[in-house]
Amino acid sequence: MSMKTSLTFWERLYFPEIFRGIAITSRHFFKNLSNPLKNPVTIRYPEQKRFIHPRWRGRHRLMERNDGSPRCVACMCCATVCPARCISIMPGEHSDPAIMKYPVSFEIDLTRCIFCGYCVEACPVDAIRMDSGIVSVVGYDRDQLQFNKDRLLAKTP
Amino acid sequence: MAEALILAVKIAIATMFVLNLAGLLTWAERRQSAFIQDRLGPNRASVFGIRLIGLLHPVADGIKMIMKEDFIPAGADRVVHTIAPFIALFPAFVAYAVIPFGDRLPIFGYDVNLVVSDINIGLLFVVAVMSIAIFGIFLGGWASNNKWSLLGALRSAAQMISYEVTLGLTIIGILMVYESVRLDEIVRAQGDLLFGFIPKWGIVTQPIGFLLFFAAAMAESKRTPFDLPEGESEIVAGYFLEYSGMKFGMFFMGEFAEIVVIAGIIASLFLGGWQIPWVTTEMLLKAFPGWLVALIQIGVFSAKVVALCWLQLTIRWTLPRFRYDQLMRLGWKMLLPISLANIFVTGLVILLLQ
Ligand code: SF4
Ligand code: SF4
Repeated sequence: MSMKTSLTFWERLYFPEIFRGIAITSRHFFKNLSNPLKNPVTIRYPEQKRFIHPRWRGRHRLMERNDGSPRCVACMCCATVCPARCISIMPGEHSDPAIMKYPVSFEIDLTRCIFCGYCVEACPVDAIRMDSGIVSVVGYDRDQLQFNKDRLLAKTP
Repeated sequence: MAEALILAVKIAIATMFVLNLAGLLTWAERRQSAFIQDRLGPNRASVFGIRLIGLLHPVADGIKMIMKEDFIPAGADRVVHTIAPFIALFPAFVAYAVIPFGDRLPIFGYDVNLVVSDINIGLLFVVAVMSIAIFGIFLGGWASNNKWSLLGALRSAAQMISYEVTLGLTIIGILMVYESVRLDEIVRAQGDLLFGFIPKWGIVTQPIGFLLFFAAAMAESKRTPFDLPEGESEIVAGYFLEYSGMKFGMFFMGEFAEIVVIAGIIASLFLGGWQIPWVTTEMLLKAFPGWLVALIQIGVFSAKVVALCWLQLTIRWTLPRFRYDQLMRLGWKMLLPISLANIFVTGLVILLLQ
């Protein structure tokens, strides 16, 4: 829809409005120039980190039992619910009959993950969480973004 | 021998002035736009951890552009495609040959005129040389064998020819006031005082002319709000779309060199060039030795040029791009009649003052 807006005489003259615009931009320029360390809103990232809320979804981590083994029972709920199909689990028989199964391998392909958090929601035993607070998931090749069980269990990469 | 040496030094000063200022402007534009938008801008390039507030970015850019692949698209006219960036870049340097950056001064016993070549058609020479830059852009767009490039080239040709009319007509007002085409004389005449106390700068005698010239000159340099030939959101990058590596770098540098040249011309025509208001060269020569006066005048001229460059960059980050019909309407229906009226009024005032 096009709205017909009528300009006032001064706006139609064009030049006064240009000068007003230049006044605005140069006001910002000189304000930031007067104190370049404080005034710009930029967060200088690697040195300065933004506050990360506890509920913010970062890189996944797997939770452990008291004995250090993964809490995951390899029920495949997360792999089923994952919309990006990026979790691959190989289940295995657990020695303790009270525990259903355990993951022989647990891999998340972070090149495909969309960080939706459905896997966390789906897990019946709270074995997978995204509260690691790790923001930068980076690597020089794709293999570095395949996170296996060991890397997911440790809190740091 | 000494003559040749003095000339070589002057050429070096003029060329280095444009080259270095253009390089610095690539940095200044990014930092300035960042500050205008409350950001910080590039400040990370470092050598051994020394960052120099981002001043190393132009160097890094230069290295990057030289290292990149020099790509010529299939079906392009190889020869024309290669020479086009040269034609686009060099007029800017040639134009600086006639812009005076100081008075005729006695320096170490020699009588030095601080302009590379003081030709008697100075101003016309600048206009003529600047219009050669169109060919570089047009040939580049034509030879690329790409429809976006061709569109950009067509746009730039139409735009530059339209605004050159205004540019030429505004200059006539200046010629009528200062009665010379020699830039040296125009600048010297601006040292006079009007009614005994106002410096007779072009901006005082030709205020409308200044605005018109500024607008037309910005259109000539093809920068926002007149950047339709590039129009990255419409025709990708226009005429230099098929350029890479240092050839792209030459178009890029050409744009900034043109800013410097425009600033130099406007400073000479409208802001008194190297003149300091109310201070004549004789007064300076009485107080300081010749070489110091030369440095002072070059400094004053540079300060004016830098201020005008700053203004051009600020305008670029203030205004959005014109639509094409608005561009043409502004050029032909507003600037052209106003510039004609300006000539008429100037003539009338000169006649009445006689
Ligand atoms: S966050 Fe979403 S996409 Fe990523 S692994 Fe979990 S369910 Fe899959
Ligand atoms: S939903 Fe939980 S328990 Fe089931 S496989 Fe995934 S992480 Fe393991």
